[in-house]
Amino acid sequence: MDQNLASLLYLGASVCFILALRGLSHPETSRGGNRLGMIGMAIAVAITLAMLPEVDFVLILAGVLVGGTIGTAIALKIQMTALPQLVAAFHSLVGLAAVFVAAAAFTNPAAYGLGVPGHIGAASLVEMSIGAAIGAITFTGSIIAFAKLQALMSGKPIIFPMQHWLNLGLGILTVLLVVWLSTAESGVAFWAIVAVSLALGVLIIIPIGGADMPVVISMLNSYSGWAACGIGFTLQNNLLIVAGALVGSSGAILSYVMCKGMNRSFVSVILGGFGGETAGPAAGEAGEKTYHQGAAADAAFMMRNAEKVIIVPGYGFAVAQAQHALREMADLLKAEGVEVKYAVHPVAGRMPGHMNVLLAEANVPYDEVFEMAEINREFAEADVALVIGANDVTNPSARTDRSSPIYGMPILDVDKARQIFVIKRTMASGYAGVDNPLFYLDHNMMLLADAKKMCEDIVKALDR
Amino acid sequence: MTSHAFIEKAQGLAADAVELSQGLNELAHEAVGLAARGAETSGGTSPLVMGITVFVLAVFVGYHVVWRVTPALHSPLMSVTNAISSVIIVGGLIAAGAGVAGGAGGAGFSEIMGFLAVTLASINIFGGFIVTQRMLAMFKRKQK
Repeated sequence: MDQNLASLLYLGASVCFILALRGLSHPETSRGGNRLGMIGMAIAVAITLAMLPEVDFVLILAGVLVGGTIGTAIALKIQMTALPQLVAAFHSLVGLAAVFVAAAAFTNPAAYGLGVPGHIGAASLVEMSIGAAIGAITFTGSIIAFAKLQALMSGKPIIFPMQHWLNLGLGILTVLLVVWLSTAESGVAFWAIVAVSLALGVLIIIPIGGADMPVVISMLNSYSGWAACGIGFTLQNNLLIVAGALVGSSGAILSYVMCKGMNRSFVSVILGGFGGETAGPAAGEAGEKTYHQGAAADAAFMMRNAEKVIIVPGYGFAVAQAQHALREMADLLKAEGVEVKYAVHPVAGRMPGHMNVLLAEANVPYDEVFEMAEINREFAEADVALVIGANDVTNPSARTDRSSPIYGMPILDVDKARQIFVIKRTMASGYAGVDNPLFYLDHNMMLLADAKKMCEDIVKALDR
Repeated sequence: MTSHAFIEKAQGLAADAVELSQGLNELAHEAVGLAARGAETSGGTSPLVMGITVFVLAVFVGYHVVWRVTPALHSPLMSVTNAISSVIIVGGLIAAGAGVAGGAGGAGFSEIMGFLAVTLASINIFGGFIVTQRMLAMFKRKQK
C-alpha cells in the first residue's frame, strides 16, 4: 500500500478516536462515539497489516484470538463494583505491551525501519527508552493499584524513611541510563532502564493510601497514554502519538478533577501517606456526643410524606451492593408522588464517575442523577436527605472548621435539608479519620445497618 | 571514408547512445530514490519535529475534548481511553509479523515480544471497548 494513503487512513483513525471522546459529552451520543472508536482501531490494525512486506499471520492471529477471547470474557463478566480494579489491570497491560514493543524495536530495529542493531539513531534510542520506562512504571504501578483495590494488599500507605529520596535517586539513575543507552546502544542499559522503571512503579504507588485511589487510577490512565506516545515517537507513527496524547491528557484532567473533589494538591497525593492511621484528634471524642438513632419505619414514614427526597450514595453503598434495593425504594416513593433525586459527589466511589455507572446499572435514569454543583442548592428545599454509605463528602466541618483536615473540600450541603437520615454500619469516622458533626445534628437520624439491608427494610415498611 | 568504415562508426555511436541512455536511466532511478527519501523526511523537517508538532496539537485537542465530557461518564471515558491507548498493538503487529524479513540476530526474540504485545493489547482492545459499551448501554433516560 502507498505510504501516503496509509498515512491518510491513519489520520482517519485518529479522527475516529477524537470523536469517540467527543461523543462522551452526552449519554445519547456516547454509544455512537464508542462504535467510532472501534472503527478507528480496526482501521489502524488493517492498515498496519497491509503495510507489512511479508506477514507472518499465524503469530498475529494467535495473539489476537487469545487476547480477544480473554478480553471479551472479562469484559462481559465483570461486576460494575469491580470496575476500578479492572481498569487498573487493563492499564498494567498497556504498560507491559509498551515495554515489549520497545524491546522488539531495540532488538530488531530493521523491522521498524530504524536501521540495524548497533546502528540505531540516538534519537530513536531515547524515544524507545522513554516508551519502555513509562510503560514499565505503568505496569508495576497499576499492579499495585489493582492489588490495593482488590484488597489483595492493605490500602494503608506504605511509608519508610528516605522514600522520596530513593525515588528521586532512581529517577536520576534512569536518566543517566538513557544517556548511556543513546551513546553506546548497550543492551545492558536498555534492560537496566526497564528494571529500574519497574521498581520505580512499585515505589511510586505504595505510599499512596487507598482513599486516594481515584487519583491514582486517573494518573496511571494518563501514564499509559504517555507510554503509547513514547512508542509512537519511536515508530514515527502519528496515529500512536495522537492516541497517546489524547489518553495522556484525558488521564491528567481526570486526576485534576479528582484532586479538586478532595481539595488535595496533586503533589501531596503523589507524596502519599494520606488515609492511614493518622486519624484526626476529633475521632476520639465521638462516643461522648449524643445522636438520634432511628429505624427503617421512621425513614419510610418521613419519606412517604415528603415532597422532595434527595439521595446521596457513597462508597459504602457500592460495597453493600445496595443499588437495586435503593432503586426499588425510589420507585415506591415516586409512585406516592414524591420527587426523588440523586446527588453524586465527584469522588463518590473509587474511580471517576463510578457512582453514576452503579446507579445506571440499577436502572436509575441519568436525568435523575445530579452533580454536586447542579443540586447543592436544592438541599435547602428538600424535605428529606438520605445519605447512604457516604461520610466525608457530607461533613459540614469542611465548610466551617478551619482546623479540620478536610477543611475546604467541596461537600454536599446535606445538613440544609429539613430532615436527614444517614445509613451507616457504625459510628466510625470516614477514611479521612475525621469525625462528622452532621451525625449529631438534631434533625439527623442515624440508621445503623448494612446499606442493602436497611434499604430492603425501608422498602418493606413502605409496602405496608 | 568507405561505407564499411561508416557503418562501423555508426554502430559505435549507437552503442554509445545505448550506454548513455542506460546511464540516464540509472540516474533517474537514483533521483527517484532520493526523492522518496526526501519525502520520508517530509521536505527537510526531521521526523522528530513532525512528531512533536502532532503531539502538541493532539494534547490541545485532547484537553478541549475531555473537558466537555460530562462527569457522569468519567468511568466510560477511562475505559475507552484504555482501549484507545492499546493502539500500541500497531507496534506489536510489526514485530510479530516481521517473520524472516527482520533478518539477522534478534528476529526470533523480537517476534516473541511482538506476539506478547499483540496479545496483551488485544485483551485491552476487546475488553476496553466491550466494557465501555456495556456501561454506556445502562445510561437510560427517564421513561415518560
